[in-house]
Amino acid sequence: MTKHFFGDTAVLLGRSLRHITRSLDTIITTTIMPIALLLLFVYVFGGAIKSGSDSYVNYLLPGILLITIASGISYTAFRLFLDMKSGIFERFQSMPIARSSVLWAHVLTSLVANLISLVVVVLVALLMGFRSGAGVVAWLAVAGILIVFTLALTWIAVIPGLSAKSADGVSAFSYPLIFLPFISSAFVPTDTMPGPVRAFAEYQPVTSIVNAIRDLFTHEPVGTDIWIALAWCVGILIVAYIFAMVIYRRKIA
Amino acid sequence: MNSGATSAIAATALRKSYGNKMEVLRGVDFDVARGGIFALLGSNGAGKTTVVKILSTLLKSDSGTASVNGFDVATQAADVRQSISLTGQFAAVDEILTGRENLVLVARLRHLKHPGTIADDLLDRFSLTDAAARKVSTYSGGMRRRLDIAMSLIGNPPVIFLDEPTAGLDPQARIEVWQAVKELAEHGTTVLLTTQYLDEAEQLADRIAILHEGRIIVNGTLTELKQLHLPAKVEYVEKQPTLEDVFLAIVGDGGKDSDAGNDRSVARTSKEQR
Repeated sequence: MTKHFFGDTAVLLGRSLRHITRSLDTIITTTIMPIALLLLFVYVFGGAIKSGSDSYVNYLLPGILLITIASGISYTAFRLFLDMKSGIFERFQSMPIARSSVLWAHVLTSLVANLISLVVVVLVALLMGFRSGAGVVAWLAVAGILIVFTLALTWIAVIPGLSAKSADGVSAFSYPLIFLPFISSAFVPTDTMPGPVRAFAEYQPVTSIVNAIRDLFTHEPVGTDIWIALAWCVGILIVAYIFAMVIYRRKIA
Repeated sequence: MNSGATSAIAATALRKSYGNKMEVLRGVDFDVARGGIFALLGSNGAGKTTVVKILSTLLKSDSGTASVNGFDVATQAADVRQSISLTGQFAAVDEILTGRENLVLVARLRHLKHPGTIADDLLDRFSLTDAAARKVSTYSGGMRRRLDIAMSLIGNPPVIFLDEPTAGLDPQARIEVWQAVKELAEHGTTVLLTTQYLDEAEQLADRIAILHEGRIIVNGTLTELKQLHLPAKVEYVEKQPTLEDVFLAIVGDGGKDSDAGNDRSVARTSKEQR
């Protein structure tokens, strides 16, 4: 049946993308919070924050992009949860299709939905004065990091999507992920934080990812941050994928 | 019953427990000949859905064997899935897509040519043409179930599982679904139906098996079951219309010119409007 994998995935991807185009409110809700944070921090708190950068919106955007993804994947989990609950997941699994394409369609849909949200947030940032001297290669590198990060968080989202008992539980997992950038270099430089907090902030994945994206945007040499960032993303991706697969196998004989 | 060379469904000594506490199936044996409607009757929690899930390759049994259309559910799962359609307990339709899109989706996933034509034919057959372009979330319960069953017919699988197809439907929708199921059987499809409604099994099934506490305790035609357990008795009963008859007479539709009464052994199948 694997010969149909790509065809089946494409058909199911088309189905989920229709869900997104028919309920654009999910994109709007996904982007509202990051945009609100952007406005709040740039126009209210930003003036008092010594970021060491000429423009606070330039400093802030990388972290906001990660928050956008963290809030976007709660819909990934929710869409999967609805499919599980409505029984359509079982219907697909009892059909002569490549079974894994059901899950992959959700993962790719998550990627597309998050990319749309990211574009919206970047456009808002541009309106607010975000400027970057980054060239095409640097932008592609940023896109690459964001895609790997989205995939990593998406596979985390698959876990509650498959196993949650209620609609409330299914999105709760994303709150800590949304909160994680606050204890990182996303909003303020880490050197003003007290010892233990600073240690946590500097060694958690968000800081290296934010620093790598920021360096790419500002045309600085990225150094080792980008490799640490990618190592985190790929590591999370692999671990989440394994856990998701274990749960998937348990659900489907 | 036109029994084929091999049986359409065969289950032998199926056992299944969830976790290590509850044994749901404790050795289920039954055989379904090709063609016709086989009802698996049982109360809530009797294990009907577990049986259906094992037969439709969604769940593995702890022990025992089962085959569908001659294929083993454990070792030839892909062939089994090619031979079946499952209509689960809740109408498994995509609410955000239209009725037609749901049908096209399934036709594409079954890798059929001309999915659009297949969809239009089924919409017509299930009287859903007018609602074809509407989102399924606007459908009534009966329409959803009809669409659900229509989706199961795509690709003409020889075996169809219907898990409690009329649970939660109003009387009219129930009759609509019964009608659809009867038509299926007339096309030569083997239908395995689970239900907790005794009258549903009586109305539809050629053979009835009763699943109780994880075992099949009886299996036979309605006549056989009656002979087995209760001696016939002659009673004179005033034929009062049932509440269902009253409801349908007042509300109209449904196409039943009521022959009210308790004597249900008289076949009522042929008088519904076709």
